[in-house]
Amino acid sequence: MSLAWLVRRLMLMVYTVIVVSMLVFAITQILPADAAQSLLGENATPEMLAALRAKLGLDAPAWQQYLHWAGRIFSGDFGISMRTSQPVGPDMLTALSRSLLLTVSSILVTLLVAVPLGVVAALRQGKLTDTGVSLIAYLGVSLPEFVTATLLALLLADTLHWLPATGYVSLLEDFGDGIRHLALPVLTISVILIAHVVRMMRSETLDVLKSDYIRAARLKGLPERTVLFRHALRNALLPVVTIIALDVGYLLGGIIVIEEIFAIPGIGRALMVAITTRDLPSIQAGALIMAATYAVTNTLADMAYAFLDPRIRYD
Amino acid sequence: MTELFVRLIRRPQGFVGIALLALIAMACLFGPALAPYAPEKIDFLGRFRAPGWQNWLGADQFGRDILSRLMVGARSTVPMALIATLAGSAAGAIIGVGSAYLGGRIDEAIMRTNDAVMAIPGLLMALLLVSTLGNGAGNAVIAVAIAFAPGMARVTRSVALNIRNQDYVKAAVARGESAAWIIFREMLPNAMAPIVIESTIRVSFAVMLFATLSFLGVGAQPPASEWGLMVADARQYMYQAPWGLIAPSAAIALTAVAFNLLGDGLRDALNPKDER
Repeated sequence: MSLAWLVRRLMLMVYTVIVVSMLVFAITQILPADAAQSLLGENATPEMLAALRAKLGLDAPAWQQYLHWAGRIFSGDFGISMRTSQPVGPDMLTALSRSLLLTVSSILVTLLVAVPLGVVAALRQGKLTDTGVSLIAYLGVSLPEFVTATLLALLLADTLHWLPATGYVSLLEDFGDGIRHLALPVLTISVILIAHVVRMMRSETLDVLKSDYIRAARLKGLPERTVLFRHALRNALLPVVTIIALDVGYLLGGIIVIEEIFAIPGIGRALMVAITTRDLPSIQAGALIMAATYAVTNTLADMAYAFLDPRIRYD
Repeated sequence: MTELFVRLIRRPQGFVGIALLALIAMACLFGPALAPYAPEKIDFLGRFRAPGWQNWLGADQFGRDILSRLMVGARSTVPMALIATLAGSAAGAIIGVGSAYLGGRIDEAIMRTNDAVMAIPGLLMALLLVSTLGNGAGNAVIAVAIAFAPGMARVTRSVALNIRNQDYVKAAVARGESAAWIIFREMLPNAMAPIVIESTIRVSFAVMLFATLSFLGVGAQPPASEWGLMVADARQYMYQAPWGLIAPSAAIALTAVAFNLLGDGLRDALNPKDER
């Protein structure tokens, strides 16, 4: 990991955030013919409209509006929510922390389940276990999150009464109850992620097992366990880092639905509420924070990849 | 074309995929004619009727026949996903091939920007666009198409980069053909196979994304029997009448599986050497 590469990668991250901020701003504030009208609805008086336009600075040219807005955001001021009249930034960051707890736990569960499953499927290629694992993986990617979530809630909460159906309890207040409330959403996200990772893990392991160095290791007379764990698994695991990083982007979209269904006050739900109530500052802040989280995660994943695989130099 | 079809149908994925899609196409074309009941027909005596001879897949909270609603609803789900994918893929393919054709720094700039746009998750992008354009099925199609374009551009560009270095493209450049001619007549046709495979698989994402938008209340609006909307409706009564939930969920899953299978089958049929 050379310094030049690192600097380039970080610049790319900053560029990503800038592009995203322009897009978010353009879609939410420039694209609507009259943002003030769409915010206040049809019953707004001309005075109210004029006051709001002045407040939002809608009379200025688009690039001035953007620079003004971006400057405010850059100094950490995300604006005041139109719904709650509270500053948007702190609320969104609290919501983000809850969402991160949800996503990180899901990724951990996924890795614990998907990696062994994928390896087992590869070792038993073509046998019943392999077909079974592949079928389940296929189903996992073919069900939208809201369906998986609803079906799991129907089974585990409504029918078997094992878990609470909705709600959020902070882990700091009541650890046991907090975990019980997290279980269903984490399970839902994991089912979908496991489907992605198992497919990847299976085909990677198959590729690696066919390689010359595995043949060499076997010919040397190394025990099969050493071949598998020391030689094969290490190499097959590398691409999983990438797929998890890409899945974070998918995840951040997915949590909008998951949090909505399970009533978790994370950033996805905050965004959904903001969109339905047309709370412009909250929409902008939420979308921006989400995309920035993705950009940062991707950069970290690239760095981890370059660190784990010394062959990668990206130059 | 016929040869390809034969190769496709000989593989289990291709066969099952095409069979399922034929069924779905039937529902889209003849659904309203074949449905046993009118989709809006309310029957208060038959509220939450379990699946049986009267309502094969059961009835919902208004006693409406779920099978009929599914058959009619196919029209407001599958064609929308197809149109959105087609539009998104076309836009993405043109950006991708164009970027590869221009090459060098311009290509770098276009692709970096494209990657940056992809930092906005597809669902979030679609939600933002729909909230600006207004709720409704038509706007949801536009939103899904725009959300799909960057991903397609990335895939196409990686293929087009190889094509850019082929002799026939160099020859066209040497002949002094216009950029549009080279992009549309030389490069795009040769990048078609991977584009078609990728788009087919993406239709299944589009079906899910579209249903999700309706589920969240910003896509198709009631009383349409769009499948995602049916799931959203049935959730309130899921303990009383789980069939109301399971039937549209299964319809969405089957459609998504069908397009996934067809895409995988196409990939195998178009690259006979790649055995995995």
